[in-house]
Amino acid sequence: MRTMQIKGGRIIDPSQKLDRVTSLWIGRGRVLAIGEEGYDDPETVIDATGLIVTPGLIDIHVHLREPGNEEDETIATGARAALAGGVTSVACMPNTVPAIDTKGAAEFVVLQAKRARQANVYPVGAVSKGRKGEELAELGQLVEGGAIAFTDDGAPVASASLMRRALQYARMFDKVIMQHCQVPELTVGGVMNDGFESMRLGIPGMPAAAEDIMVARDIRLAEITGGRLHIQHISTERSVELVREGKRRGIAVTAEACPHHITLTDESLRSFDANFKMNPPLRTKRDIDAIIEGLKDGTIDVIATDHAPHAPEKKMRELDQAPFGIVGLETLLPIAIHALIEPGHLDWPGMIARLTSNPARIFGLDKGSLRVGQDADVTLIDPQARWTIDPTRFHSKSRNTPYGGWEVKGRAHTTIVGGEVRHTLGGIVQRPAAHAAL
Amino acid sequence: MEAPTLPPTTTQERAPAPVFVWNRRHLLDLESLSREEVLHVLDTADSMAEVSRRSRKKVPTLQGRIVFNLFFENSTRTRTSFDLAAKRLSADVQDFTAAVSSLSKGESFIDTAKNLEAMGADVLVVRHATAGAPHLLSKHVQCSIINAGDGAHEHPTQGLLDLMTIRQAKGKIDGLTVALVGDISHSRVARSNIWGLLKLGAKVILCGPSTLVPRGFEKLGCRISNDLDAIMPEIDVINVLRLQHERQQRGLFPSLSEYFKLYGVTQERLDNARPGLLLLAPGPINRGIELTPEVADGPNSLILSQVNNGLAVRMAVLYLVSGRLGPDTPAS
Repeated sequence: MRTMQIKGGRIIDPSQKLDRVTSLWIGRGRVLAIGEEGYDDPETVIDATGLIVTPGLIDIHVHLREPGNEEDETIATGARAALAGGVTSVACMPNTVPAIDTKGAAEFVVLQAKRARQANVYPVGAVSKGRKGEELAELGQLVEGGAIAFTDDGAPVASASLMRRALQYARMFDKVIMQHCQVPELTVGGVMNDGFESMRLGIPGMPAAAEDIMVARDIRLAEITGGRLHIQHISTERSVELVREGKRRGIAVTAEACPHHITLTDESLRSFDANFKMNPPLRTKRDIDAIIEGLKDGTIDVIATDHAPHAPEKKMRELDQAPFGIVGLETLLPIAIHALIEPGHLDWPGMIARLTSNPARIFGLDKGSLRVGQDADVTLIDPQARWTIDPTRFHSKSRNTPYGGWEVKGRAHTTIVGGEVRHTLGGIVQRPAAHAAL
Repeated sequence: MEAPTLPPTTTQERAPAPVFVWNRRHLLDLESLSREEVLHVLDTADSMAEVSRRSRKKVPTLQGRIVFNLFFENSTRTRTSFDLAAKRLSADVQDFTAAVSSLSKGESFIDTAKNLEAMGADVLVVRHATAGAPHLLSKHVQCSIINAGDGAHEHPTQGLLDLMTIRQAKGKIDGLTVALVGDISHSRVARSNIWGLLKLGAKVILCGPSTLVPRGFEKLGCRISNDLDAIMPEIDVINVLRLQHERQQRGLFPSLSEYFKLYGVTQERLDNARPGLLLLAPGPINRGIELTPEVADGPNSLILSQVNNGLAVRMAVLYLVSGRLGPDTPAS
C-alpha cells in the first residue's frame, strides 16, 4: 500500500480531543493511524515540524456564483481558493442564477465540484422556490440531489409562516435551516450599520435591531416546531444574547460568525470603499466584543467566511450601487488568528473545533475528524508564517477584500483532500531515498 | 505648473498673520479641513467678491485651464454658480450631464471621469447622489475634484458660502448660536454647515422633527431641539433647510401642513427672535412650507447674499485647488 507519513507536526483534532506532536499516517485516501508506530517505507514523507496538522477546515458559508455569475467566481475557482486558504470542504449558498432550488440544480453543483477536483463542495438548497420567500422548495428532492441544509441566504425568509413550515418540514430530513436574519423593511436602501457613523457620513443605515428581531422570532419558531435553526453571520450584540438564551433553554439553535465581523467596524466606511460594504454590515466595537465572547463560551459554534466574490467592475462603484460582500476563503486563517488566537480569546484547539468538528456535527458531514478510517482531508498550518495579503495573488476570481496590504501571521501551508496533496507552498514533501531507488 | 496670480485685494486682510500655504488638490468635504483652511477659503472668497463688483467681471487667473461640471444629479443653481465662477477666472468650462452622456449606455462614473481627464480637465466639479462618490473619484484621477454635493454627506461650497454670509453680516462666527432647521438626516448642507460652524467656534442647534434629526449629532457637539419656538429667542442665525416632499411620502412626518405648523418660519416666530437675527436658506425654497414669502423677502433674509457669495466662494475654491498641487502629487 502506498502510504504518506506527516511527521513532526502538532496534530490538533478536537473530535478526538487530540493535541500532541506525532505522526499522521494516510493511505488509500483515508486516515490509517496516528502515532510514531506506523508503516514501513512510506511513499511520501511530509516534514511538518513547526506546523499544526488539523482535520481539513470546513467553511459552511461560501458563494461560488455558478451558475449565472461566472465572472465573479466558478465552482472550480472558488474550490481552488478554498484549498489555498486551508479549507477542504465548503458549503455553497443557493443564491445563484438560477437558484439551487431543485434536485437537478443541486446535482449540477456536485458534478461541477467533482470535475474541478479541488475542495469538496456541498450544495445548500433554497428554502423557497426561486428564493422568492413564497412557497417551499422541494426540500426532499434537494436532499436527494446532495443538499446538506437549506437557506434563502442573501435574503431572509421574511415570512414568519413560511419559516415556521420550513423548520417543521426540514425536520423530516434532520437538516438545518440557515437563516440570514434581517427584517427587510427595516433595511430598505441600507448600505451600512445604522448608527453614529452612518449619521455622520449621511449614508443610509441598517439597524442592528433588524437582525435582532428576526433572530428572536426564528428562535421562537424553532422552539415551537422542534426544527433546527442556524443563524448565519451573526453580527450584533443582542443576537448573540438571544442565541445564548435559546441554547440555555434547549432550543436547537446554532450560529456562525465571520472573520470580518470580529475585526472591522463601521468606522471603516469613512473611506467610502465598497470593500467594507457587506450584509450584515460591519457593526461596532461592542458587537465585536460580544461576538468574540459568544465564540469563547460556545454560543457561536462555527467560524465561516461568507466568501462573496464580486468582479472588480461591480465592486469598484459608488457605495450604494456596489454589491454587498467580500471574499474570505484565502484570508480566513490569518484573520481568525489575528482576531482570536493572538489576543488569547481562543486557543488553537478551540479555534480548530469551530472550523472542523462543530460544523461537521451541525451539518451532518462525515468530515472534520482525523479518526482512523476517516477521509484523509488534512490541513497543515504554518502558525508562524508572516506574509502580506496581496489580492492580486488570490486564486479566487475576485479581489474584493478589505484586507489587502495587511501584514499577517499564519497561513495554510499544505492542503490534502482524500489523501491527495492539492495545495502546498512546497518545500516539505520528500520521497525517501529507498523509494527513489526503486 | 505655475501658481496663478491672485486678483488684487482691496478688502481688508483677515487671514492669520503667518503665511498660510494651501496645499490641497481637492475640496471633498469640510470635515477634513482645519480651522485655518476654512478661514483661508473665506478670506480668499472675500477678495474674489471684489471681482464681481467690477464692471468687467473677469480676471485671467485660470486662463487656459479646463473645468468640467460633472453632474450626476440634477442641479441648476449650483452648476450655474460654478459655471460663472470658472468663467470669471477665465477658465474654459464644459458641462457634462449624466442624462445625455454615455452613462446611460452603462459606462461607470469612474470611466467617465477618466475620459474627461484625458481631454485635459484640470478640475472636475462633481455632484452625485451617492455619499463619497467624489472621494472615490479622487483616488482614480490626477486632476482636482471639487465636491458639489454628494448624497446626504456634504456640500462643502454651500457650507462655505453660508459661513461667508454669516461672517459678512455679523463680522464674526465665533460665539454665535446658529440653528439649522428641518431635515437634518438627509441634508448634505446641514453636515457641511455643522463641521464649518463648529470649527469656527459657533454653537449649533439642530431643530426639526425627531424622525429627521438623529440624536447622534449630539456626539459631534451639536444641541438637538424639536421645539422651534423654544430656541427662537436664543439664536443669532437661522438656516432653513429645504424639505423634500419625498420624505413625507416615506412616512417620516405626517403632513406638510403639520410640518409647517411646527417648523415653518413665519413672521410671528421671527417676532420672538433677537433683533438682528439672520435668516439663511440654501434653496431652492418652498414658500409656504419651510418659510412664508414675507419672511423670505423680509429684512432678516440673506438668501440673495448667499447666492452672490456662492459665486465668490466657488471662485476661491477653483483658484485654490488649481493653484497648488498636494505634496504627494508629482508636478507634471
